[in-house]
Amino acid sequence: MESILQFIGENMEMVYFLILAILLGVEVISNVPAILHTPLMSGANAIHGVVVVGAIIVMLQASPDNYLALGVGFLAVIVGTLNVIGGFVVTDRMLEMFKKKPKKS
Amino acid sequence: MIQLTFLEIAYLIASLTFIIGLKMLSHPDSARKGNLVAAAGMLLAIVVTLTLYQDFDSSKLLNYGLIFGGLVVGSVIGTIMAKRVQMTAMPQMVSFFNGMGGACAALIAIIEFQHHQHSTVTGFDGELLVMLLGLLIGSVSFSGSLIAYGKLEGKIKDKVLPFNQVINMSMLLAIIVLIVYQMVAGSSPLVFYGILVIALVYGVLFVMPIGGADMPVVISLLNSFTGMAAAFGGFLYGNKAMLTGGILVGSAGTILTILMCNAMNRSLTNVLLGAFGGGATGA
Repeated sequence: MESILQFIGENMEMVYFLILAILLGVEVISNVPAILHTPLMSGANAIHGVVVVGAIIVMLQASPDNYLALGVGFLAVIVGTLNVIGGFVVTDRMLEMFKKKPKKS
Repeated sequence: MIQLTFLEIAYLIASLTFIIGLKMLSHPDSARKGNLVAAAGMLLAIVVTLTLYQDFDSSKLLNYGLIFGGLVVGSVIGTIMAKRVQMTAMPQMVSFFNGMGGACAALIAIIEFQHHQHSTVTGFDGELLVMLLGLLIGSVSFSGSLIAYGKLEGKIKDKVLPFNQVINMSMLLAIIVLIVYQMVAGSSPLVFYGILVIALVYGVLFVMPIGGADMPVVISLLNSFTGMAAAFGGFLYGNKAMLTGGILVGSAGTILTILMCNAMNRSLTNVLLGAFGGGATGA
């Protein structure tokens, strides 16, 4: 029990950060019109692709003879990049479609 | 030291662009710009990590060739897939990319676990817990998203196992027991990979019984899961950009999931057929 408290105490800054960011996320999104639900989901999908930064850090720290870490890390960088690039491009294409529709009518 | 400060400032800017981008994305007029703002922030975060990141104990940073290779391969495949996909097939594409993000988080947890084995921590091992949660949520999100992708593509038919909900609940229980066991008894690779396997199967069985029309809601839920998994990765490295991006998507995604249910005049538990709702409380 004591050690759990110690862990929280050591990471207090992060815990604050976590709670505030959760509330912020709720707040930022609360007034979205239904038509934007799918693009917003897609945009958020691209944003959590920031996990690729973690994959890059893993690779930067891995020693060159640790083949397991290198292989898995390489895969992680690829799938993370897929998430980022694919996410943003798909979102952009979706929103592009939204923009053109009202002009035609 | 100066390098580190620059890195932190860059992560701060990236975090801000994620928040502003998400805000702009929720208004029709600014949505497209918002997407670009967030993308610019992402580019910044990746570039500064590549150029300014330093190890704590030494400055040996390696494997640039492999990293660039991975970035290039991922970018090329991602762009081609995203450009070629039909407009009507967008939701499954989102699901696929979401699954890739989940896989990335799970793979990070696997590598960090390898490193972690050499450390000797007495008492409560917070790092191990964060790793386990990242692994669990990331892999559920990965396998669940791929099933959702397959269903929307029409490659996988709806299929309900007998006692599906009972099986799901007992798997969830098993995962919790294994995590508690691992936390109490210390890290063991067997238990760690056991959790990985059960989580992957759980993701499949979680999405399997849900009807095709409800799939966007499920994708949104899995999207917020991946956000949380990314946030756990950020916690592990003390990386603020990953934390903000991850948590923001985790909480916003959960609210968005509920909003989408409301738009269909249904409740989340209704959509998930009594499977566990309120994903955010899992953290």
